[in-house]
Amino acid sequence: MDLLTWTGALGPILNPLMLAAVAVFLLGLIGNFVLTLAGQQAGEVQINADHTLTINRTPVDYALMAMKYAVLLFLACCLAYIIGGLVQSDPMDQGILGAMGRRFLPVWIALIVLFALSITFKRKLGLYGKLFDSLIGMIGFGLVMFWMFTAIFAGTIITFGPIDVISQMRNEVPGTPLPNPDDGAYLYYLLGGDNLGRDVFSRMVMGAREVLKIAPAATLFAFMVGITLGLPAGYFGGKLDTVLTFIANLVLAFPVILLFYLLVTPEIVDAGIPTYMAAVLFLFPIIFFVVLFNSRYHTQPTKRLAYIAISLVIGFWLYSGLAFNADPLGLISMPGNILIVFVSVVFVNSPTVFRIVRGIVLDIKTRDYVAAGQTRGEGPWYIMLWEILPNARGPLIVDFCLRIGYTTILLGTLGFFGLGVSPESPDWGSTINEGRRLLTIYPHPALPPALALMSLVLGLNLLADGLREESLKD
Amino acid sequence: MGLFILRRFGVMILTALCLTFVVFFLTNLYPNLEKLAKTQGNARMTDAEVASWLDRNGYGGPLIVRYGEWLGVVPGWTREGADGEVTGRCIDAATPAEEAPTFCGLLQGDLGYSTVSDDEVSNIIGGRLALTGVLMFWAFAVMVPAALIIGVLAGMKEGSRLDRSLSTVSIASTATPEYVSGVIFIVLLASSTAGISPWLSEMGWIEGRTLFLGSARSAMDDVTFWNFTLPVMTIALYGMGYIARMTRASMAEVMTAQYIRTARLKGVSFRNIVLKHALRNALIAPFTVIMLQFPWLLTGVVIVETLFNYNGFGWTLVQAASNNDIELLLACSIVAVFVVLVTQLISDIGYVFLNPRIRIS
Repeated sequence: MDLLTWTGALGPILNPLMLAAVAVFLLGLIGNFVLTLAGQQAGEVQINADHTLTINRTPVDYALMAMKYAVLLFLACCLAYIIGGLVQSDPMDQGILGAMGRRFLPVWIALIVLFALSITFKRKLGLYGKLFDSLIGMIGFGLVMFWMFTAIFAGTIITFGPIDVISQMRNEVPGTPLPNPDDGAYLYYLLGGDNLGRDVFSRMVMGAREVLKIAPAATLFAFMVGITLGLPAGYFGGKLDTVLTFIANLVLAFPVILLFYLLVTPEIVDAGIPTYMAAVLFLFPIIFFVVLFNSRYHTQPTKRLAYIAISLVIGFWLYSGLAFNADPLGLISMPGNILIVFVSVVFVNSPTVFRIVRGIVLDIKTRDYVAAGQTRGEGPWYIMLWEILPNARGPLIVDFCLRIGYTTILLGTLGFFGLGVSPESPDWGSTINEGRRLLTIYPHPALPPALALMSLVLGLNLLADGLREESLKD
Repeated sequence: MGLFILRRFGVMILTALCLTFVVFFLTNLYPNLEKLAKTQGNARMTDAEVASWLDRNGYGGPLIVRYGEWLGVVPGWTREGADGEVTGRCIDAATPAEEAPTFCGLLQGDLGYSTVSDDEVSNIIGGRLALTGVLMFWAFAVMVPAALIIGVLAGMKEGSRLDRSLSTVSIASTATPEYVSGVIFIVLLASSTAGISPWLSEMGWIEGRTLFLGSARSAMDDVTFWNFTLPVMTIALYGMGYIARMTRASMAEVMTAQYIRTARLKGVSFRNIVLKHALRNALIAPFTVIMLQFPWLLTGVVIVETLFNYNGFGWTLVQAASNNDIELLLACSIVAVFVVLVTQLISDIGYVFLNPRIRIS
């Protein structure tokens, strides 16, 4: 069997078009730059005497228009490859791009359903719905959800197991057919094989699952810790604030990489440090929810008791499983090396969240509605959790998105240095690390996870930017 | 003002003490010491032998005392062996027991002995720091001007097309950590099989086989454009976006100020408004951000030096940590913590100096 081409049967038609689109885009960019330097301005709308509008098109406008249509043409070609992959059945015709598009079919369906539903009901969905008014936000959300759905459907997308080794496929280029495939097995290594002969495509897809299993949860925990400590620090001030701020600055002054090298080593895990840290850090979510319900239902004893009991039972059940690996039901557990990665990422992130929350509280506590609450005789915790926190949600949501991206980068850094992950783990950081050794000769094993990580973080940053823009419009 | 600096200085010393203690504690945990004993002595030592080895080599005392010794405020340990030979913290081949000083620690400038490289830590770390200094210098020289230009251009007309495209560029650059951009740069520019290098050499436009070199090992002796561009670009790219966004925000805020409007109404040209009126005020906030980039750059330096095989400070840190070279790792931590704290101090003081609206009584 022959090597798959990148573009398959559609290639001869679409490749020249794509090249033309790129050329037109570059020409437009240069043209625009030169014209602007030469003092040309973009055309402006003029109101005529008879109440009609005219737009004066200048060469700058035409350059911009050319760039816009070039981008659209390029995107249309990409779409055509994916559709080509879906309708054609022979992998030779699909090409690598088409075949990958076909493997991602569940993701495309889920994305289309999600976007269709969200755009239809966007006026009823609050801030989430408003996101669909901004193009940047929509692109970011699309990228994030693409990787989210990839993580969910990873089991059906992968063509081989992430640690299946076929030794003849070592360092083979993308699109190489298998030498003697088993019945029913996929016939090609779509993105080639790595230095041990594992499928790069499947490892990249499974890597999404590894990353998205930890990053959002770790960020959430960091937020719980930061909020639980930042609210009283900002609200009460005084000695408590001084001490907490000093501790937060202490952690922040630690270079992240040094902290990782000190914390995420087998010796430290042997010494039991991660368990102690987890024991402290994982308490904060429980405290948060107990205080939250306690202050809300202070006047309704039965309700208060019920909510607190529920949060304590669920909280300590998860707590025992996650921190001490001692879940009485045996359902929740976390291996030691994942726990240390999780704990150190939470530890690094929470001081920054603390500072942000503290800053917002210092600003909000001077507002009139807080004074009104104090006059009504509301308790300090009720004011913090039910008056101040909901009003601080805008910046916090934006920072949450940014922070998941930062956490993803941190996880990649850990993987890149081989800290805390098992050597066979398909997470993106470790695959980049493995691929970099032979990078100048075989670039294909390191590039897909690198681009995947970049696109996920870029999506999160764009999403945060869109959310910020839309929440400022309120 | 003097009092403010003094107080900041006091807090800094306290922070440094806390941080070094934490590092000392984490590197001197029992499993680490056990591993050290087994690599230095015998891999098949029993627990009792490990304990006696540690005791003989001065790792036996309470942690706080050993921290004091390392810091140089507690007299270094001495010990008389069974054969009457005196060993001690401050005693080595060059300084016999009679001449040895009582204190030898950080405050006396004695950073200890690297067990893996078999050399004084101070000898190792000086040269490595100089190499990293060169890398940092070029990274800053590229990053700061580029970031300021992007930020000012984007912020001078908020919401314009230029602003939107430059903002997207800076978002993209903050989304690309060093280990991603480094890999992409190497593949695009320094690979003999992929990217643009094969094409360029076929056209005869470059002399060698690749446009840039994918390893900075030769840059340790001689920095050239060919071998140093990629590491510098990789470090600069990640930090650039952040500084550019801060500059943009600051510039955009200044451009809405009253005095800018007044200058406009007076008929000052846009170019003069930006260059003479807005720029100086807009650059106060980025100054703090740039100083605070140092700790971030430290992580970047470690990644880039590992990726490009450049044996500077970051590479040393990685080696010390993975080889359980306790004293060398401690020295690296001191340098890292020192850099972070000093840049924080400079940024605080500099902010007060630059911003006339803040007056510390």
